[in-house]
Amino acid sequence: MPHQHENNVAPINKAHSGLIRALRNLLPPESVLVDAEDLRPFECDGLAVYRQLPMVVVLPETIEQVQSIMRLCHAQQIPVVARGAGTGLSGGALPLAEGVLLSLAKFRNILNIDADNAMATVQPGVRNLAISEAAAAYGMYYAPDPSSQIACTIGGNVAENSGGVHCLKYGLTVHNILMLKVVTAEGELLTIGAETLDSPGYDLLALMAGSEGMLGIIVEVAVKLLAKPERAQVVLAAFDDVVKAGEAVGAIIAAGIIPAGLEMMDKLAIQAAEDFVHAGYPRDAEAILLCELDGTHAEVSEYIALVRKILTDSGATEVRTATDEAERQLFWKGRKSAFPAVGRICPDYYCMDGTIPRRQLPHVLRRISEMSVEYGLAVANVFHAGDGNLHPLILFDGNKEGELHRTEEFGQRILQLCVEVGGTITGEHGVGMEKIDQMCVQFNSAELTQFHAIKVAFDPSGLLNPGKAVPTLHRCAEFGAMHVHHGQLPHPELERF
Amino acid sequence: MTPAPMSETDNSAALQQQVLDAFQNTTPLNIYGSGSKAFLGNAVQGQAIDVTGHTGIVEYDPRELVLTARSGTTLREIEAALSEAGQMLPFEPPHFGDDATLGGTIACALSGPRRPYSGSARDFVLGCKMLNGRGEILRFGGQVMKNVAGYDASRLMAGAQGTLGLLLDVSLKVLPRPAASITVTRVCSPEGAISSMCDLLGKPLPVDGTCFHGEQLYIRISGSAQAVQEARGKIAGDVLPDADAFWHALREHQLPFFMRSGALYRIVVKPATPPLNIEGAWLLDWGGAQRWLYSNEEPASVRHRVAGVGGHVTVFRGGAQGDAIFQPLSGPLQTIHQRLKTSFDPKGIFNRGRLYDHL
Repeated sequence: MPHQHENNVAPINKAHSGLIRALRNLLPPESVLVDAEDLRPFECDGLAVYRQLPMVVVLPETIEQVQSIMRLCHAQQIPVVARGAGTGLSGGALPLAEGVLLSLAKFRNILNIDADNAMATVQPGVRNLAISEAAAAYGMYYAPDPSSQIACTIGGNVAENSGGVHCLKYGLTVHNILMLKVVTAEGELLTIGAETLDSPGYDLLALMAGSEGMLGIIVEVAVKLLAKPERAQVVLAAFDDVVKAGEAVGAIIAAGIIPAGLEMMDKLAIQAAEDFVHAGYPRDAEAILLCELDGTHAEVSEYIALVRKILTDSGATEVRTATDEAERQLFWKGRKSAFPAVGRICPDYYCMDGTIPRRQLPHVLRRISEMSVEYGLAVANVFHAGDGNLHPLILFDGNKEGELHRTEEFGQRILQLCVEVGGTITGEHGVGMEKIDQMCVQFNSAELTQFHAIKVAFDPSGLLNPGKAVPTLHRCAEFGAMHVHHGQLPHPELERF
Repeated sequence: MTPAPMSETDNSAALQQQVLDAFQNTTPLNIYGSGSKAFLGNAVQGQAIDVTGHTGIVEYDPRELVLTARSGTTLREIEAALSEAGQMLPFEPPHFGDDATLGGTIACALSGPRRPYSGSARDFVLGCKMLNGRGEILRFGGQVMKNVAGYDASRLMAGAQGTLGLLLDVSLKVLPRPAASITVTRVCSPEGAISSMCDLLGKPLPVDGTCFHGEQLYIRISGSAQAVQEARGKIAGDVLPDADAFWHALREHQLPFFMRSGALYRIVVKPATPPLNIEGAWLLDWGGAQRWLYSNEEPASVRHRVAGVGGHVTVFRGGAQGDAIFQPLSGPLQTIHQRLKTSFDPKGIFNRGRLYDHL
């Protein structure tokens, strides 16, 4: 992978030796990392084109230690970037050369499973899947299931408001959390939300979900648990035309059915996945839909029959129902391996993450395919069809001169297209570093100013993950000067640079 | 069938002008819809700014499961449009008046009996367009299900009681109405009801409403026709005739239980919390997570007892003048609330004091 945005300068200098000494007074020696080789694993998150060694990595294991670190950094006005498992895909956990990287990796205990109240209390470094595994003994599970659920942590899920393939029916992280304990930039411990279904005052829980480490350090999370459905069954349908597949999605929803999962893949993604895991996908199809129904036995039987009929009526060339759990897992395996499968057929790929109103799918796919020709870069499309969240994977070779740059430009144009058709620049991966310029496309100056003011309400000194998620107005002015649309400058009230 | 005539007026320019004037002159404003929920919250001193003229469903495509409407649109009109397409507002909002508006519904963020099973008012907010205290029109969120661009300021408006801004339009996720629904009821002790309701929460059954009141436990089962039949066999009790009327009366506080006088407390606790030993008349909704109490006990005493089990209390109706209606906030949270208020409404013109006297 090329490192175009890499900054490899060893950041430590004398001015910081006082801070390091103070951190070593707060934490055991092995929990304060300063050598370049120890810092290396923390230089990037899942978006590896952005890399930066932090000044220091700290690995606290108690809330009190986090508070002490934050008080110290606040006193010295040192910025802090929080990090979970580092699986994020937008550079949200990218370290700062002059900052502390605070890893929550040692907060890995499940504190309580309260089946009577359908909730679990966990530390932020607990892996997403581990919650469902622990709840399984009670016949329950935690619903949001991002593809990285085997590795990603709940603290990071809250920071990114992560989704997954079951969002349409079960919601995002924001819909599945009850309470957070958060350490502020000043080192104060706050309880946000409550163990009850609502809490007094403003809905700060909604603000925290997806706040990308900008508002506070999440040190404890109470999540909702759901009863595990009696049965889940998946139907696979093949189409000779992506438009027909898109229409089938609308037809299923119009029939009053909310599938647990509804995923679409296009030809390139199908072939890559099939070659990789042999899921039995029809290699010649232009698109496939995976439609999972869950619920009670009778409900699933009723809906499977209905969905099969809708798919056939919508022009599916083939409709298959997984007959047992093994086949169900196999159908899903192809979808869940789509990203690494695409990774096998090209040196590099760049995963985009926009959401669009579903009815815009044919138009958006056509435009992406036109741009693919224009840029000379292939695209595989994986689509959370139920909720309109599109993941075009742009295939490129970072060793070819200028190809990463072209890829990024192509990606930016896809995101702008999403905004043009009434969608958004990020459905579930977050803004981080990656999409900070596209924020200028989606929001105007007054809105961005409001976002900055929200940050200031929590973090008046601006020490938490500065420079991510919300662009400065200056940055937008510079970006706008480069990208003039329809002859109109965005943010016209600003001075140009 | 001829659709009922609907009023559709974009009044945003006039509303913006009123806010701009108020900002200029630091005139406090009292945002007003139909007044159906004016009882909830402290009285607001301020010039009335009437949102009821800002009406109309702006966009509704049933296949997208998203509806966008102006804030003065009545819930009645929205629910009629949804019903025609076989859909619904999943949080089952209480109207508390014939002309309840969308804006007031979201600002108050009240949710009906389905809340623990499908989500709250705020859960279904996808985006909004609003006027801040400087008279600027801001858009947050959008009309899509998944959107993590920027802080989730649209959901922040849910329950803010208009103290952060004036909602112009709101986009909501909507869902299909269940094809079938029945309610079963049986005699139960309060302890037995709480235990049964919690047991149901942990079971994969299509239950979407549970209530305990007057020694009767009520369980609503909704879903596909076959799912309802199947679940009926697993849940003991007699089928309640005219169940829709019961759940409607519960949601709208029209059951005889709610005809009492005196203070009505809304108590929110973890659902498995045993019956609280506070003298008065009780009704349990939301599977035991939301409990209604008519009691002569002082608010401070009720709050103290409920705080002991990790819950919170709203003096929903009939509180004495000067009593805090909403549960007071801790010091650090109060600071953040004040800063957020100032960031949206620097001169403090919107619904001053309605939620808390410091906002």
